[in-house]
Amino acid sequence: MLLEVENLSISFPTESGIARAVEGVSFRLLEGETMGIVGESGSGKSMTAMAIMGILPRAATVTGSIRFRGRELVGLSDEELREVRGRDIAIVFQDALTALNPVMTVGEQLMEAVRVHRPGITSAQLRARAVELLDLVGIPDPERRIDRYPHEFSGGMRQRVMIGVSIANEPDLLIADEPTTALDVTVQAQVLDVLREVQQRTGTTVMLITHDLGVIAGVADRVIVMYAGGIVEAADVDPLFYETAHPYTAGLLASLPRMDRRSGDEPLYQIPGQPPLSTAWPAGCRFFPRCAHAVAGRCDTVVPPPVTVGADHTANCVRVGEWPKGVPT
Amino acid sequence: MAEGSADVSSSLTVDHLVKEYRVGGGLLRRRASVVQAVSDVSLSIEAGKTFGLVGESGCGKSSLGRTVARLQTGESGSIRLGGDEISRVSGRSLRAIRRRVQFVFQDPYASLNPRKSVRATLAEPLAIHRLHRGQESRRVSELLEQVGLNPAHADRYPHEFSGGQRQRIGIARALAVEPEVIVLDEPVSALDVSIQAGVLNLLDELQGRLGLTYLFIAHDLSVVRHLSDRVGVMYLGRMVEQGPVDRLYEHPMHPYTQALLSAIPVPDPKVERARQRIVLRGDVPSPVSPPSGCRFRTRCWKATEKCAIETPELVDLGEGQSVACHYPAERTVF
Repeated sequence: MLLEVENLSISFPTESGIARAVEGVSFRLLEGETMGIVGESGSGKSMTAMAIMGILPRAATVTGSIRFRGRELVGLSDEELREVRGRDIAIVFQDALTALNPVMTVGEQLMEAVRVHRPGITSAQLRARAVELLDLVGIPDPERRIDRYPHEFSGGMRQRVMIGVSIANEPDLLIADEPTTALDVTVQAQVLDVLREVQQRTGTTVMLITHDLGVIAGVADRVIVMYAGGIVEAADVDPLFYETAHPYTAGLLASLPRMDRRSGDEPLYQIPGQPPLSTAWPAGCRFFPRCAHAVAGRCDTVVPPPVTVGADHTANCVRVGEWPKGVPT
Repeated sequence: MAEGSADVSSSLTVDHLVKEYRVGGGLLRRRASVVQAVSDVSLSIEAGKTFGLVGESGCGKSSLGRTVARLQTGESGSIRLGGDEISRVSGRSLRAIRRRVQFVFQDPYASLNPRKSVRATLAEPLAIHRLHRGQESRRVSELLEQVGLNPAHADRYPHEFSGGQRQRIGIARALAVEPEVIVLDEPVSALDVSIQAGVLNLLDELQGRLGLTYLFIAHDLSVVRHLSDRVGVMYLGRMVEQGPVDRLYEHPMHPYTQALLSAIPVPDPKVERARQRIVLRGDVPSPVSPPSGCRFRTRCWKATEKCAIETPELVDLGEGQSVACHYPAERTVF
C-alpha cells in the first residue's frame, strides 16, 4: 500500500463561517496505478492533494490520517515534510508559467530540484541529470534548451519542464493537479502522453486530478468522484462509466455533450440547481437537493456511507440499486 | 429591412476577411511587425442557424468574432448582415449595427460591472438604443425570465450570482436589444460541467424561440458538435476546413481537423482505448512569421515541397464540405 487516506477532513475559518472544504475522505492508492480524482470546483479534490503534499495554508485545520508507506504525514513538522516533498511525493500544478521561476533558466530549476535531495552530487552529474530529465519529458535538443528561460518555452513545453522538475528525484507518488487544463487540446494530448510514458518508464504512481471525464476515461485505472467535499463514488474506470452507481456521476455523464455522437434535437440532461457552499453543506447527502432520486426522510438525514455495489466499487448513496441506472429523468 | 426585429432571422456572410494587428514597434524601434490574425477567411451562416468556429489559441477565431461583431474593424474583406454590408460602417450606422449583432463574452466574472445591479446592466443597452422607453422595468423582468433567472433578483449585484447565473445575465444583456445575430465567444468554457448543460440548453432554446443566428466560438469540440449546424476549423489565421457538422466530424479531410478531433478525450474508456490518437509534433509557429505555403505544413505528416510553395485554397469537395489541403483524404478519428 503506497498511500492510505483515512477520514481526512480539512476546514478553514472564513468571513462567512467555517468552510468544511473536505470531510471524511478515505481512499487507498496502490503502487503503480493511476488514480483519477474527478470533481467540479469546490469539490475538495485539490485540497485533498494539497493535504497529501503538506502545502495547505496555515489557517487550515486537518484531521484524520494520511499514511505514506505506513508513515503518518498529518502532524509532521515543516522540516520533516520537506524531506518527503519532492523526493517521495511531487506535484505538478495547472499553471506552469507561475510555478516556474522566471529569472532562472529551466536547467537551474531542474538542477536545484535534484540538488535539494542529493547534497553530494557534482555539478557535471547535475547537468547531465537535468539534460536527461528534459529528454525524458520529450523536449527536443535538451543540451541547448537547458540554458533557456521559461518565457522562451511554449505553454506545453513549460508544462513538460514542470513534469521534469517533479520527477527529478523519482518520486513514488506524482500528483498532477489539472496538469493540462490550461493547454490547447493537441498540446494536452502531448502532455498526457508524456505523463503516461514517464509512468511506464519510472513506475511511479500517479494521482491525476481533473474536472474532465474524458481525460479520466483515457488515463485512469481507478477513479474517485468527489462532490461537495466528499467522495460520492469510487470504482475502476470501466465500472464507473458503464455501471455508474451514484446519481451525481450519472448526472454528470448524461450532461456531457459527446463529440463522437450525433446530437439530435434532444436537450442535454441538466443537473438542477448549484453545488452548495462549503460554509453551508446541506444536512444528509450533499447532493440531495439536486438529486433526481432523492427521498425526503432518508436522503436528508445522515451523510451516506460508502455502499459496496461491485468489486472495488462503492457509492455513497442510501438508494443504491433502487433507481434505474443510466440517464436520470 | 425594418428595425431588425428579433422575429426576423438574418443570415451573416463573411468574405475574404483580413484582420491585422501591429505588434512591437513603439517609440524607439523603427518598424513594428504586422500579425495577420485573420487571413482571408470566408464563411456564411444561414439565418437562424449556428456556425461553430473551432481552433486552438492564437488561431484567430476570437479576432474573427470580434471583427464580425464590429467591436473592431477589419483591414479588408466584407461582412454582410442580411442584405447590408457592415464591415466599414461607422458613427450612427455602426451603432445601429451593434444593436443587430451582439456579443457574449467568455468570462462572466470580468464582463459584468461589479458595481451595477442586474437591472442597471440590462437597462443600459435599452437606454443607449432608446428601446422600451417607459417600459424598461417590464423589459428587464422579461429578459430575466427568458434566461431562466428570477425577476425578483433584478436589484442584486453580480457577486450575488453563481458563474452560470452570471453567464445568463450576460446572455440577457445581449438579448436586451433584440439582436439578429449573437457572437458567442467561449460562452461555457469558464463554467463547471454540471452548469454548462443548462446554459447550452438555454442557448438552443432561445435560438428556436427568437430565430437567432449564432457564431459560436469554442475550443471544446464536443460542445460545438452539440450546438452547431455548420463548423469551421481555423489554424494560424486561416480557415482550413468547413462543412455541415456531422460531415465534418464523421469525415474530416484536413490533417489538422483530424489531429484536433483525435486529441479530444471522449468520456468513454472503451472508445478511448480503441482510438488511434494523432499526436502532433511541436508547437504552433509564431503568427508573426507564419510558414510559407500551407501554414500547417511544419506539423503535418503529409507535407511535401509543394506545401511550402503553394498556399492551398479552400476547395469545395461536395456536400457542403470544403478543405484547404493539397492532399485531402478521409480518416476516421473515433
